[in-house]
Amino acid sequence: MSDNKKEKLNNISELFESQSLAVLSTQKNDQPYSSLVAFAASSDLESVYFLTPNTTRKYENLITNPKVTILVNNSVNQADDIYNAISVTGIGTAAVAAASDRTQLLNVYLKKHPHLKGFSKAPTTAFICVSMKRYFMVNQFQNVVEIQVNS
Amino acid sequence: MKPVLEIEDFINAGIDQVGGKALCLAKIHEQGFIVPKTICIPCQIYETYLKQTRLKNTILLEINRKPFKHMRWEEIWDISLRIRNLFLTTPIPPNIQKDLFSLIVESFGDHPVAVRSSAPGEDNAASSFAGLHDSFLNIIGADNIVKHIRLVWASLYSDAALLYRKELGLDIHTSQMAVVLQELIPSDRSGIFFGLNPSNSNESVIESVYGLNQALVDGDVEPDRWILSQSSGKILNHIEPVRKQYAYPNAQGVGFADLSERKNQTPPLDDQEVFQIWETGRKMEALFGRPQDMEWTFCNDQLIILQSRPITSVGFKDSDDKRSWYLTLHRSYENLKKLYVKIEHHLIPQMIDEATRLGQINFQTMTTKLLCQEIEQRQTLYDHWVKVYWAEFIPFAHGIRLFGQVYNDAVTPDDPYEFMALLENTGLKSMARNHLLEKLAQMIRCNMGLKTMLDDDMIPEMDHPFRRLLDKFVEEFGDLSCTTGSGNECQHGNNGIIRLLIEFAKQPPRQKHTDGPDVKRLQENYMDSFPAPKKKFAADVLHLGRESYRLRDDDNIHLGRIEARLIESVWEGQSRLSDPLIDTDEQKMLAQIPALSRVPDEPSISIELTLSDKTSKRWFKSRQIVGHPAGPGIATGKAKRIQNPQDLLDFKQGDVLVCSGVDPNMTFVIPLASAVVEERGGMLIHGAIIAREYGLPCITGASQAMQLIKNGDQITVDGYLGIITCKTDEL
Repeated sequence: MSDNKKEKLNNISELFESQSLAVLSTQKNDQPYSSLVAFAASSDLESVYFLTPNTTRKYENLITNPKVTILVNNSVNQADDIYNAISVTGIGTAAVAAASDRTQLLNVYLKKHPHLKGFSKAPTTAFICVSMKRYFMVNQFQNVVEIQVNS
Repeated sequence: MKPVLEIEDFINAGIDQVGGKALCLAKIHEQGFIVPKTICIPCQIYETYLKQTRLKNTILLEINRKPFKHMRWEEIWDISLRIRNLFLTTPIPPNIQKDLFSLIVESFGDHPVAVRSSAPGEDNAASSFAGLHDSFLNIIGADNIVKHIRLVWASLYSDAALLYRKELGLDIHTSQMAVVLQELIPSDRSGIFFGLNPSNSNESVIESVYGLNQALVDGDVEPDRWILSQSSGKILNHIEPVRKQYAYPNAQGVGFADLSERKNQTPPLDDQEVFQIWETGRKMEALFGRPQDMEWTFCNDQLIILQSRPITSVGFKDSDDKRSWYLTLHRSYENLKKLYVKIEHHLIPQMIDEATRLGQINFQTMTTKLLCQEIEQRQTLYDHWVKVYWAEFIPFAHGIRLFGQVYNDAVTPDDPYEFMALLENTGLKSMARNHLLEKLAQMIRCNMGLKTMLDDDMIPEMDHPFRRLLDKFVEEFGDLSCTTGSGNECQHGNNGIIRLLIEFAKQPPRQKHTDGPDVKRLQENYMDSFPAPKKKFAADVLHLGRESYRLRDDDNIHLGRIEARLIESVWEGQSRLSDPLIDTDEQKMLAQIPALSRVPDEPSISIELTLSDKTSKRWFKSRQIVGHPAGPGIATGKAKRIQNPQDLLDFKQGDVLVCSGVDPNMTFVIPLASAVVEERGGMLIHGAIIAREYGLPCITGASQAMQLIKNGDQITVDGYLGIITCKTDEL
């Protein structure tokens, strides 16, 4: 892996660790829909995880069309966000975590969000794993790089 | 900072670290008064615990689930229970535990201690009042002491503290709690000194009991009471109770035993000792600059000061403030045991007798004058029982909470409501009523001729088995058209109940759920969690919890029967009043009866939220409503809002019951429901109790559900998460 790619991945990891929430975008019948989710990512950034009740629109959408995006940023609602903030958009394919992996992946997730342990236990809560394909990192207003993590 | 501070270090550490109680003790100790051996776990340890375990966010999630202003007392109780369980199930990290453990062993070994709260705000007169945070007596062994330290931390979020959160300045981000560990003194006699008599500022008060002070504080043993001149200490009055028992340390913390004949006849203090306590209390006042509420004890005739705090409790009494009444609902185990005997063996049999006696009176043959007297007598009787309901029955419900707390302390389950499984199937009266309804429905299912007859609005003759059972049902439970508190606005007759029975008969019977947890195993696990000397206590508290659960539901049914008898007499009066041939004198007589002249309440009309009309371009609709999960499961159905008792009789199989609150006289429709949603909050409210008996999803505390959900809306009730999802159009 090139140093440049490694550095960018490190930047993304740091951003992901610093942020609790991501914007998830799903779509159904050509209608995009965005939601905030409490997320965590695997250390290799190949997966992003979140929990959702299975009665929500986002769940219904991602089951119908698993192609999703997530957006994470560190803006703080100040004028200088426009050049100081870093924003990362990731595209990937969402699915309910396989039962065989659930416990292990959920541990990764709950390490970041221990307060959601109760939520994770409900039979109607789905633990979603997004297999990430590519990230788009934006900084310094319009500086954009693309990083492929999975083909 | 060390995880444990000695009393000599308290003043240097400051109130922010050791809290008000510890600081007071240190000052008392510094002045040469005798206090028990005392150490303190400073606030910093609490802070480190929260940080290292990351418990803070979980507490924040609990507290911020719903605005406090929308919460009922019972919901605050529930939050407190859940937070308490978080502390119970979150161990102290090993790096802190190790030092803490060894310092506790070093200080107390196997000697029993009192584990007391010491919040930094407690030195402040505005927030220093008893009963908000927990203290535990007779705790033995470092493991057990460490567990109780966590429970004292948890009591920073006790229901009482949450109720008075504004006065306390309770803020999860800044509030802290220190814990005082005090050697338990084997008290001969103990009591309180109140520097200022609340009803006369020229007087002071001393109360005293034999044995431990806890019996006095909890109100379990009536104390001797001395009223003294505040300035001279002269005894102005001595009020002697009938002395029977004293409290002593035992396996459960505190036990009770009968006093000897000699002590029965002798006050716990002589005049000289009374003066000695008054004198010490005055010195405390001089030391702290304010009249004091001081707890003391005598051990081998030596006066020992347990704690002292400024008197402030009077400052929180406000006639419009129900919180102090809520706090009286906390009852000790001893108090609940006495209350149970009173309710089960005296009050309920009396209610049953009254309802039966009234049912036997044939007022149709009465003169109008006698009927008027009868209505008034029934009104008086009903009013009396409503008062009893609030004064005795409601506080007894605390037995459920007490059992829940004992269960959680012993078992430390992940689910703080696991204990509920042991309360179900206690033979609720409302379940017996529902069983009888089901029996009637089964008769219709099996007899097409009967069904056709009922469909045609005909009722079988008196000797028909269905009619006999129906009459028996109505005799016992009324015709279901009126419910407690509904007043005299409902219409009566068999039509409603038959409509309901036809609806029941359309579907196979709903069985009580059997797929819950293994209750036998849970009960064994609960009992196994107690050492041999505590097993009887464990079994007794379980029994108390089950009876409290049962009576919480049954008492409404009994009250409902008395109300039904009142309503029957009112109907008779109304019927005579509407008779065009009525005599003028009789009309005047009847018109003077308040129950007959009362204007029925306006039917409640739900407030339509603006922009809710979907024919307009702009509209508003609720998609998800959050409440508290009160019955596990998930179900989808059409919403049926219950605004008045008659709505219950139009309930259809599979509807979701949506209401502001259900009382046990309304829960007969629950077997028809696919789920239950209540605006009123709490895990232990009646709708939730019956929903769980049938294994139905249930959500309580769904604020504004009656406004946000319309009749016929397709809704999904997620009883695991407490989320109601309203079906909305595809995007």
